[in-house]
Amino acid sequence: METLLFCLFGGIASAAAINVVVQRRVFYSALSLIICLSAIAGIYMLLEAAFIAAIQIIVYAGAIMVMFLFVIMLLDPFSSSALQDKKKSLGFIGVLLGTVALVLLYSLLKSYDLAQVPRNMEMSQGGVTALRILGSALFNDYLLPFEVTSVLILVAIIGAVVLAQRRT
Amino acid sequence: MGILHYLVLSALLFAVGAVGVILKKNVISIFLCIELMLNAVNLSFIAFSRFLNQVNGQIVVFFVMVVAAAEAVVGLAITIALHRARNTLNVDDADIMKW
Amino acid sequence: MIDYLWLIPLLPLAGSALNGLLGKRLSKRAISIIACGSSGAALLVALGAVSSLLQMPAEERHVIRHFFTWIASGDFIAKAEFLLDPLSAVMLLVVTGVGFIIHIYSIGYMHAENGYYRFFSYMNLFLFSMLVLVLADNFLLMFVGWEGVGLCSYLLIGYYFDRRSAGDAGKKAFIVNRIGDVGFVLGMLLVFATFNSLDFDAVFRQIASGTERFPFETGLGILGAIGLLLFIGATGKSAQIPLYVWLPDAMEGPTPVSALIHAATMVTAGVYMTVRCSPIFSRSEVAMDTVAIIGILTALLAATIAVAQTDIKRVLAYSTISQLGYMFVAAGVGACSAAIFHLMTHAFFKALLFLGAGSVIHSMSGEQDMMHMGGLRKSIPITCATMMIAALAISGIPPLAGFFSKDEILWSAWTHGHPIVWLVGFAVAGLTAFYMFRLIFLTFFGSQHFSEEVRHHVHESPFSMTMPLIALAILSVVGGLYGLPALLGVGENGFFKFLEPSLSLAYHPAVAELPHSLEWVFAGASVLIASLGIYLAFSIYVAHPEAAANWGGKARRLHQLLVRKYFVDEFYDAVVIKPTLTGSTELLWKGVDVGIIDGSVNGVGARVYGWARVLKFVQNGLVRSYAAWILLGAILILFYVAMAGH
Repeated sequence: METLLFCLFGGIASAAAINVVVQRRVFYSALSLIICLSAIAGIYMLLEAAFIAAIQIIVYAGAIMVMFLFVIMLLDPFSSSALQDKKKSLGFIGVLLGTVALVLLYSLLKSYDLAQVPRNMEMSQGGVTALRILGSALFNDYLLPFEVTSVLILVAIIGAVVLAQRRT
Repeated sequence: MGILHYLVLSALLFAVGAVGVILKKNVISIFLCIELMLNAVNLSFIAFSRFLNQVNGQIVVFFVMVVAAAEAVVGLAITIALHRARNTLNVDDADIMKW
Repeated sequence: MIDYLWLIPLLPLAGSALNGLLGKRLSKRAISIIACGSSGAALLVALGAVSSLLQMPAEERHVIRHFFTWIASGDFIAKAEFLLDPLSAVMLLVVTGVGFIIHIYSIGYMHAENGYYRFFSYMNLFLFSMLVLVLADNFLLMFVGWEGVGLCSYLLIGYYFDRRSAGDAGKKAFIVNRIGDVGFVLGMLLVFATFNSLDFDAVFRQIASGTERFPFETGLGILGAIGLLLFIGATGKSAQIPLYVWLPDAMEGPTPVSALIHAATMVTAGVYMTVRCSPIFSRSEVAMDTVAIIGILTALLAATIAVAQTDIKRVLAYSTISQLGYMFVAAGVGACSAAIFHLMTHAFFKALLFLGAGSVIHSMSGEQDMMHMGGLRKSIPITCATMMIAALAISGIPPLAGFFSKDEILWSAWTHGHPIVWLVGFAVAGLTAFYMFRLIFLTFFGSQHFSEEVRHHVHESPFSMTMPLIALAILSVVGGLYGLPALLGVGENGFFKFLEPSLSLAYHPAVAELPHSLEWVFAGASVLIASLGIYLAFSIYVAHPEAAANWGGKARRLHQLLVRKYFVDEFYDAVVIKPTLTGSTELLWKGVDVGIIDGSVNGVGARVYGWARVLKFVQNGLVRSYAAWILLGAILILFYVAMAGH
């Protein structure tokens, strides 16, 4: 069962990812990405990270991607003409580097024996108990980064407002 | 199902995202590919969290998402500013800082 | 009084500092008092110290006074210590005595100069250095004095610094001295390497007691090497072949400087050093022969050049070189006492000659060319009389001082087995008498070859200048009387007996025991040839003045050779100076400094610039290419991790 779901979601995610790169118009790329993110959320569910999966749908696919779509709509979503390429060889180089990276990563990952890694028994109970553990870790051990990220968001808001305002 | 499958999937998504960053000329497309890379990394974190039975991976993903949101906000603001200044979304047009 | 030994050099040093720092504001009288006072005080302390020494029994006359330890580094210890023994006592009295007399003379001679205080400051500094040299009891401290006198010589020769020739002469003196000093330093290093100490006492005792280690060397052994190296330094300081060329040029300095430094004291430092190191020299046949041969050759060379010179001071300079040659001959044949004896008497009459020449120049309003003098006998009688006494002394006419000392040297040369040296020395004695009286006759006799205006100014020098002349004349007459008892066969030479303890550690080979009457014959022969020289000078320059010009015309080539000093200076210029200059300019300056050093430094800069010009094209402004580079970097790190893992 798990394998089946994995293949399903994994395949959707991969296909959508490739589509993001392949599509010429940015609007379609964005839509493909939404699909990819949702598939990934499904994989998170598979990996017993329910909370994160929910966050993924709500924040990533729901908020961030919608914001992207806003901006895309604002700025020429359906440009049909291909943009000027100032360094034509970059495309080829990019694909080359990507494949090399992939091959390298795969061989590297395969060489590690991950079954030997020690396990923590606490998370074996799924569901609410896992969430409790996540919550207590977040607000006890990681309290400082938590607070700092709120400042980060504030800074980002102010920065965005300043950067995007009209100069009159 | 070993962890390897998830990690390979993560690697694949990452590679695709990397290719996209170099390949695409539209600024917003590049941002989308960056988001794709971030998600690939998130996936590997969650996989490890599951297979090591620790909550730290999920915490990290939490924060990555927050940071990704902030970064996307600022990045899109810059894109808007760029469009306003140059009326172009081609990243190759922003090449004045060179030799 | 011996405990106040430190006062002797320090008083002139204090005087030098006072005059040097405050002199501009002091009156001439104050400056004179400070300078002459400090040198006079040094003389008094020296007299006191020597009299204390005389009150000690002969075997104990070896007093060391320690002041402070200068360098203490591992095995090497250098101390500031003074040694008072008969040898240094003699030198001490000569330096302070003649120095004081010349200081008095300088009051009158230099009174019109602007840099009055500077002169006396340098003179006192010179006294300090020379006294340190003479009193030092180790090689290093002696070297400090050695260098100090060289410096003062440079300062005083270049006293008239607004004259280009004076500056050049000063530089020449210092540089040629320096070349000699290389030999001296190498000798010192060799001494330290061999004996592990630089103290005279330690070194000489090691030599004297270690007969297996330090035997008498017929070939070139370690002692010979040390001796030769030290002697190179002596040739520089005491103006022997090949480093004598600075002394004639040094006449650019004021006449009292020539008298003090270049006649009586500094140039004798080499002789003093050689005699002090007699334990080293006497045990090496090579070193002794070298010293004697160079000495006699220099004596001959300088005497022949002096015959043809027309500048009164130049004649005296070459005469000094020649007489120094005699002293080295004495040291080289093993008659060190005779060398010191001649050093002392020479100090008297040579200083007198120079001061007298200064008096003549002073009265002639600065004229130094003898050809423009003449007939001054009646105008400056005191100067004339004292100079004639000095000329008789240097020619070796008894009973004046020079007779005894020179005769002693020639006799020693014969008895110590160097007949050829005796023969050449004999000839030089004749030449000495000839050129010295040539000087006297040209200056004081004959017709007057100068203008009416100069004649008006001709006057005898003031008392401050004539009194030293008279004092030195008296010393020239009585200074040699030590040798009278020995000559008459009624006793020993008191001076030699006094010096004996200082020379006890030297090696004394067997001396031919010749009958006393033979010594009388030799003495008589010396007097004869000296008289012949005087007579020749008289007949040429007084009786038949035209004959001089005739002779000069007939042997013009020879005359030119002598006047031009055998072209030695030109030879050195071509063989030593020009190649060094060219080598420095072309090879070291343009080749090494500009080419290699500047080239490599600039080259590094140029190389970096070159690379930068190529590498800058990486920054092409395209964000995508930057991203590609980043990805490449990440891949390389992955690669490294993959490789390192296996």
